[in-house]
Amino acid sequence: MNKRLLWRKAVNGVMLTLTGVFTFFTVSCLFLILGFLLYNGFRSLDWGFFYKLPLPPGENGGGMGNAIVGSFEMVGLAGLIGLPVGFLAGVYLSEFEDRRYASLIRYVADLLNGIPSIVVGVLAWALVVKPMQGYSALAGSIALSIMLIPIVTRQTEQFLREVPQSLREAGLALGASKWKMVATVVVPAGSKGVMTGMILGVARISGESAPLLFTALSNQFWAKGLLQPTASLPVMIYTHAISPFDDWNRQAWAAGLVLIGMVLTANILARLVIAKGISVPRG
Amino acid sequence: MATPTVLETPVIRSRTQTGDTLARLVVLGFATLILLVSILAVYELWIASGPAREKFGLGFLVSTLWNPVTEQFGALPFIYGTIVTSVLALLISVPLGVGAAIFLSELAPAKVSDALTFLIELLAAIPSVIYGLLAIFVIVPMMRDYIEPFLKDTLGFLPLFKGYALGVGLLTASLVLSIMTVPFIISVSRESLLAVPREQREAALALGATRWETTWQVVVPYAKLGISGSVFLGLARALGETMAVTMVIGNEPAIHASLLASGSTIATVIAAQFNDASGKVYPAALVELGLVLFLLTVVINAIARLMIMATTRKGSKRI
Repeated sequence: MNKRLLWRKAVNGVMLTLTGVFTFFTVSCLFLILGFLLYNGFRSLDWGFFYKLPLPPGENGGGMGNAIVGSFEMVGLAGLIGLPVGFLAGVYLSEFEDRRYASLIRYVADLLNGIPSIVVGVLAWALVVKPMQGYSALAGSIALSIMLIPIVTRQTEQFLREVPQSLREAGLALGASKWKMVATVVVPAGSKGVMTGMILGVARISGESAPLLFTALSNQFWAKGLLQPTASLPVMIYTHAISPFDDWNRQAWAAGLVLIGMVLTANILARLVIAKGISVPRG
Repeated sequence: MATPTVLETPVIRSRTQTGDTLARLVVLGFATLILLVSILAVYELWIASGPAREKFGLGFLVSTLWNPVTEQFGALPFIYGTIVTSVLALLISVPLGVGAAIFLSELAPAKVSDALTFLIELLAAIPSVIYGLLAIFVIVPMMRDYIEPFLKDTLGFLPLFKGYALGVGLLTASLVLSIMTVPFIISVSRESLLAVPREQREAALALGATRWETTWQVVVPYAKLGISGSVFLGLARALGETMAVTMVIGNEPAIHASLLASGSTIATVIAAQFNDASGKVYPAALVELGLVLFLLTVVINAIARLMIMATTRKGSKRI
């Protein structure tokens, strides 16, 4: 073998190995993150975490019951607003589009999707908190729904587009009107995918803290109603992690473990169980 | 026999048409809601930043002064911090991400590649605040005790690595950002690499190129636009990333030459100071920073999407 060929083969081997090393490194980040969370989280997690109130620094124990309830409340309300709006807008883009206007909406939805979450927080503050003169779970939900709508819209559109054209033609040929065809043929055919998209969207917003920092704020106690400052798990993790107190830091780890458990379970369920057998288009 | 058709057709038409028109109006209305929300977003940010825009004008963008007590505000330290951390993060995550994408699309068997991609996408699903949590308790001590002292010892003659090894600062923030942007770069780059036609690879291999030469000189250039799109997508994400960066950057509104020093980005100063902002001008200045960030990400996202659209259209896989 001449020198030149040897060199080329060496470069080939080194570079290809390197790509493998990079992949290994990236994937191992996931396991390192999970490992640290499991190790530190389980040491601080007990049953009281799920129903007790947070304690002031220096006292051991306590929990984040109010933040868990607050998170569910705000994510739930955001879902109630965001899922129907996003879904119907997605149906428009996939089934009822007029070319020009639809591509404008598509572009704007992508744009909205790309806004940093902190800016969404500022926006919801200007939109809700400022006029209503107070932090509230409602403002937090609105911020989260602004993030959720474009995600669900684009996912719905993509999954409905995967439904074969022949199914639509068959529906129309049977004499169904267009909306009836869409409602009874296209949407059921794409429902698995649409559900996947919705779950992924909800999982994504349930981990967001930046939009809640100055809309829902936080609360050391149980919030009474939607118009009060409300605690959420992500914001609690933030405030407890940056505090100088050991017992608060421990609670942050426990909260981190609970949050990642919920987010990853939703992701794995959506991608593996529900989406089984369908291809998942990526946005 | 023409009469019955004339009579019947309008009846059927009108019955199906009312339903269709109604359905169309409903979905059109919800789609328009998205447009309205976006217009409202720009309008609200513009109005709420009014007091600051009137007081500082365009000088806001180039002033380095940030003093809430005297109500003097300038955006430059934050624009600097945002750009430095994002660019530094991409310097790490682009080679890492493109390399991994090459492995996943060119080398790994389809099943292994799909499984690894699934894990990498889970990495993208981890909330920002969790990255921050790990960064504070794992990466910061590691940087403070090992990596930063090492950098100071070896490269300390450069102004980039002067100062105390605090653990928090621009360098740590960039490192965290790079881990957070890698999954996006991998998944978009992999898609564009997979869209490269098989014949391109076969032709190069048939000419006697090694596997790596085929990849680097034929496949990667073919997917160039899509890969650049993924880089811009990563950049847009890095620019707006808030929680994890806020937790490790040190939050100091100043420009330091050293990467070991504390700094601040647009997103982090909003997160850290918004709740304490009192008076009229202070919150308005923070909102104006939000507006700047908003416009920045809009431009970069638009570039990214155009590039990604161009490659996926060129590729043979998608219709």
